[in-house]
Amino acid sequence: MSHCSPARLFALILSLLLLLPLAATADSDEDGETEALPFSRLSFPEPARHFSAEQKCVAPVEEMRKNHMNYILHQRDRTVHEGVRTRQYSLEECVNCHAVKSDEGEYVPVNAPDQFCYSCHSYAAVHIDCFQCHATKPVRASTLQSLSSGFVDHMHDRPGHEINRLLASEGPAQ
Amino acid sequence: MSASSNLADIARRNFLTRAGAATGAAAIAPGVLLSTPAGAKPADQAVSGEKRWGILVDTDKCADGCNDCVTACEKENGWGGADEAESNAEQKAQWIRTVNIRNKATGYAKTLPVMCQHCETPPCVDVCPTGASFRRADGIVLVDKHICIGCRYCMMACPYKARSFVHEDLHEQKPWAPRGKGTVESCTMCVHRVDENRIPACVEACSTGGHNALIFGDLYDENSGISKALKAQDSVEIRADLGLNTGVRYRGI
Repeated sequence: MSHCSPARLFALILSLLLLLPLAATADSDEDGETEALPFSRLSFPEPARHFSAEQKCVAPVEEMRKNHMNYILHQRDRTVHEGVRTRQYSLEECVNCHAVKSDEGEYVPVNAPDQFCYSCHSYAAVHIDCFQCHATKPVRASTLQSLSSGFVDHMHDRPGHEINRLLASEGPAQ
Repeated sequence: MSASSNLADIARRNFLTRAGAATGAAAIAPGVLLSTPAGAKPADQAVSGEKRWGILVDTDKCADGCNDCVTACEKENGWGGADEAESNAEQKAQWIRTVNIRNKATGYAKTLPVMCQHCETPPCVDVCPTGASFRRADGIVLVDKHICIGCRYCMMACPYKARSFVHEDLHEQKPWAPRGKGTVESCTMCVHRVDENRIPACVEACSTGGHNALIFGDLYDENSGISKALKAQDSVEIRADLGLNTGVRYRGI
């Protein structure tokens, strides 16, 4: 160890110091007594919903979580300017499926604090303007309402199933 | 969607109309005129300039004090509710209104409904700084509230006072007629119904009330009820001097 320079020694000590807290955490985790790291205490929002986790949305969940706004934005221009009124990616159908009823049997606005849209948007600190103008409760029967009856496998399309037929008849993303 | 393509369509239309007049009107046999079923537009298809929607108002059939068309519009599109409590009568939303006119010389009085006249060359579209005010390919003049900044130039430009501005937060809007604070709105000719091959709420209510003062249809289809009615008897545009070629026309004034 005669060739060990002071710089190398310093680096070694520094890395040991840095690793120390991790080691301590690992040790105490085994005991199950220490407090969790600060950021792990955050809980993810769990929106009110009346559909199951397995139920199919108009696109896979991962896709919808990331890109739902793009579907709605694109559909909005096609609808307002060109009169394209397919329901698959319409905001109205979002509300039809994602609004839940209160204990009194009345629909709760989908943008109310603990509801589907707002719970996530408030967590992500993204303001939604949709509902200054758009309806927040289902008003008329949904053409895709068969979505919420019966549970559909998310990833495996079953040919002949009602929702697949509806989605197919609506064509590609608007 | 763009204004230029609309204008191109109009120019082509005018050319075709003139060409058609030159070749004569004998092309269609009398029996064919009777068939009028217009197929519903598939939901995924864009509207085209092959149609132009219009309304003919026969003021002679307007009953005294009748307000059926206005109440039907309020109900259908969700305006006129309690939400605008702070606005005075002149500020409140008004998509369609009844207007009383009177000839000062003779005293002859008339009541007629006035709404957006759905001009072929709408002044509201000319002045809109954002492109929110636009004319759809099938002649319906609309406001895209997504890009409306609420400047209200269009309200100033409209010779018919057809547009109104929403001053207050609204609740419980209809899914088919989104409305919100800070945007301008007007008669949409019930575009959501038209796209489903239904007639506007005012026309329906007028017919249900037994007045039949309103006829809705395709102005470009010479077999449509409105085209036949227009051909059979004279009608006028309000402020025809402006040359806007309105989609809403009147009889009896």
